[in-house]
Amino acid sequence: MTFAVVVFPGSNCDHDAEYAIRHAMGHDARFVWHKETSLGDVDVVVLPGGFSHGDYLRTGAIARFSPIMAAVRAFAERGGPVLGICNGFQILLECGMLPGAMLRNRDVTFHCEMVRLRVERVDTPFTRSATVGQVLRIPIAHGDGNYFAPPETIAELDAASRVVFRYVDAAGEVTEAANPNGSINGIAGITNAARNVVGLMPHPERACQDVVGSADGRVVFESVVASLAERGTVGVGAR
Amino acid sequence: MTVDPAVLERHGITPGEYERIVRLMGREPNLTELGMFSVMWSEHCSYKSSRVHLRTLPTEGPRVLQGPGENAGAVDIGDGLAAVFKIESHNHPSFIEPYQGAATGVGGIIRDIFTMGARPIALLDALRFGRLDSRQTRRIVRGVVAGIGGYGNSIGIPTIGGEVMFDDSYAGNPLVNVFCLGIAPRESLVRGRASGVGNPVYYVGAKTGRDGIHGATMASAEFDEKSAEKRPAVQVGDPFMEKLLLEACLEVMATDAVVGVQDMGAAGLTCATSETGSRGGVGVEIDVSLVPQRETAMTPYEIMLSESQERMLLIVKRGREAEVERIFGKWDLHAVEVGQVTGDGLLRVKDRGRVAAEIPNLALTDEAPVYQRPFAPPAGRATLATIPVREMAASPVPAEAFLALLGSPTVASKRWIYRQYDYMVRTNTIVLAGMGAGVVRVKGTSRALAMSVDANGRFCYLDPRAGARLALAESARNVACAGALPIGATNCLNFGNPERPEIMWQFAEAVAGLGEACRALDIPITGGNVSLYNETDGRAVLPTPVIGVVGLIEDASTARGRVFPSEGLEIVLLGENHGELGGSEWLATVHGLLRGVPPALDLAREGALIRLLVDLASRDRIRSAHDCAEGGFAVALAECCFDSGGIGAAVDVPAAAGTAHAAFGVAATLFGESASRAIVSVEPARLAEVLAAAKSVGVPAARIGRTGGAAIRIALAGRTEIDCALAEAEARWGDSLAAGLVGAA
Repeated sequence: MTFAVVVFPGSNCDHDAEYAIRHAMGHDARFVWHKETSLGDVDVVVLPGGFSHGDYLRTGAIARFSPIMAAVRAFAERGGPVLGICNGFQILLECGMLPGAMLRNRDVTFHCEMVRLRVERVDTPFTRSATVGQVLRIPIAHGDGNYFAPPETIAELDAASRVVFRYVDAAGEVTEAANPNGSINGIAGITNAARNVVGLMPHPERACQDVVGSADGRVVFESVVASLAERGTVGVGAR
Repeated sequence: MTVDPAVLERHGITPGEYERIVRLMGREPNLTELGMFSVMWSEHCSYKSSRVHLRTLPTEGPRVLQGPGENAGAVDIGDGLAAVFKIESHNHPSFIEPYQGAATGVGGIIRDIFTMGARPIALLDALRFGRLDSRQTRRIVRGVVAGIGGYGNSIGIPTIGGEVMFDDSYAGNPLVNVFCLGIAPRESLVRGRASGVGNPVYYVGAKTGRDGIHGATMASAEFDEKSAEKRPAVQVGDPFMEKLLLEACLEVMATDAVVGVQDMGAAGLTCATSETGSRGGVGVEIDVSLVPQRETAMTPYEIMLSESQERMLLIVKRGREAEVERIFGKWDLHAVEVGQVTGDGLLRVKDRGRVAAEIPNLALTDEAPVYQRPFAPPAGRATLATIPVREMAASPVPAEAFLALLGSPTVASKRWIYRQYDYMVRTNTIVLAGMGAGVVRVKGTSRALAMSVDANGRFCYLDPRAGARLALAESARNVACAGALPIGATNCLNFGNPERPEIMWQFAEAVAGLGEACRALDIPITGGNVSLYNETDGRAVLPTPVIGVVGLIEDASTARGRVFPSEGLEIVLLGENHGELGGSEWLATVHGLLRGVPPALDLAREGALIRLLVDLASRDRIRSAHDCAEGGFAVALAECCFDSGGIGAAVDVPAAAGTAHAAFGVAATLFGESASRAIVSVEPARLAEVLAAAKSVGVPAARIGRTGGAAIRIALAGRTEIDCALAEAEARWGDSLAAGLVGAA
């Protein structure tokens, strides 16, 4: 099983994603430079965190024009699993692969801290091995993670059960105090209509070993491996 | 002398220095040459006032791979790897423009590290501000913190720790000292030196503008009410550009096509060309018309003195140009051949082929003036050394003082600050920010590195020699509490105007004290930075020699934090409370006083404590360790409980062994800041073994209580002095900084 980790010039969690996949999870990972036009023979695509092109204009706004994004979109349209983490999520929003937008955090400061995420849906390739209502301890690190969408979009996401993760407190409840950035309804991660593209602000790749404070993020990577093995869709990128 | 004295003054060059220039050149310099001398001979670049003292510091040791004189120092950490680290100040720019001043400080120190061929993996900051009741200070704090985060977060290097203190003396002159550490294969460290006549000299990175001209000169003068006018001398940072430079430079340096690298920081192109040339014993010739420029009609003077950020100078092997240009092209960076290495030892600057400046490299660097500035202790030291007990108001009861100390900005949780820093990126951080010394694992090995930056300006003010010794001891103790053996140190010496004898005395004494402590604890200084003229309107900051110590943990799984990990553990105090209140946080917070004598420091005993802590952690005999510093024993114990998820502690300690401040009764024991102490938690089954280990190396150790309960209870010789709900104490400690900063405008 091979993961592609797309590297934009300002990606800074690319090495972390690769390390988590390769060393913590034991799978193959390959960096794909943003100027490439093909992903190569891969099974999963990860858009990592960072500041893709400096992001002085708007997070992810320029990355959507990187040559590799056409290949990422085509990969997703073929049903390939795509995971956008933090800046990767922001890029998915900017290029329309997921709905909504990110605003500055409610208190307009950057937040780096461990948060609790409740798994809302397990019918995506990245949550298949989790259980509904499971609470994961996973860190966030962002200045623009305040998820926003018009009410009709939020209603649509809810109706189609496309909210995958929400910020919760120790009791597993969505509260204002447990919401680190002001996201609507504590939304931390969502999926597309086809459910193969998932974006989330927290960093599961930073929570794959107990030594760094949590191994709760492993379930995201375990899920996609199990999901692909089950569906027999390994190698979708090669076609 | 035919030059206009006003021109010299504008350049910060004395008549005597001008004569020296004429002598070295064999002629009068033109204006471009004068400008180049002015930045290279500025205090900031030349260390002309500090050099005679810095020479006395120990800089060698079996692990030292690179001592002072390069872009950064380096020590051997095993597995064929080197830890490359340094600390630098960006004090003056941060006062004028807090966000950009701090941001470019981060950018500058990061460049110093990757210039050596190392990948930066951790940042720390030592910050000093005035009191939070000043609106200007609050603005500076918010700007500096946002600037540090803005740069470090974007480039993706974790800011894993640091320290912050507040004192009125920093109100008009905050200190922003940034430490960076990187990892490199020990055999492929890159030096900032040019060699090989005919090798091309490349300019890489951002274009040159008119920003930052005379930044180094600005950093070498006192502030006054006109300082705001110097804003154009502060640069603007572009962390994305630096990220590109970082990745491209590391990729190029891995090819073996590069002879030497130097970043363009203070004094820009002038410094990069003359220092690489003089270190390599060669000449360098460049043509400024080839330098990428973002403004029109720039003169050679402006191009040579610009301090535009995110630029590097590379000396490349002749014949490998295409390879180097291809890599920079991949990262969309300018890589322009602007000149070549020559054999004549001169820095020759041309403008479209016409010579605009021609100076022997050594004249700009090694031949810079060295001053043996006069120094003398300030008057009134005897008064300062006494605590005026009779003139002081009655002290509050211990329980009240305890809460006051927990809420003092210097002691309070710095979460509001470090939460704005990405301290986890690169997934190496194994002791998270705020939980102890900064600790990062070294991927690909079993090891980890701990690091800490420390200084107590109050102690240094009362006795600079003692204060510097204490700073090194505290920093070393902090990494030892994490379970790391100290293996190297870097220093950032922040002082006032060295032309004043009492300031120069502070400096000389502090350097002497630092040297004593380094020798006694066997910790070499591998480099650092001096920041002088930290004054506003003639008022100097507290002398603040910030010491950054790096320690090595052989087995990353043995790293320890400050927090009690579970209930029912035995609490052991290593070292003794001597009730020393001189220069203490208690005296400052409760009585508003800075008086007395700093705590005594027995370096042999400190060394024994450090080795004991490392030994106990490495054999998994202790669960947590935390040193006693500002606020003394009581505050340190409370800090062991905070962030534990509600684990309190109940202890009973003997009254202070010393009677130095008996007049203050129990406060001296509870809040005195004696050196060489640490609070450790121990599994009950290991208690006897831990006490015996301490005894065998001559470290006083006493079992004082147990972890658990929902309160912090401290008794002295059986009598309860503090009994405070943990939640109340933690709220005071946890919220006060944010309340002081965010609540007000």
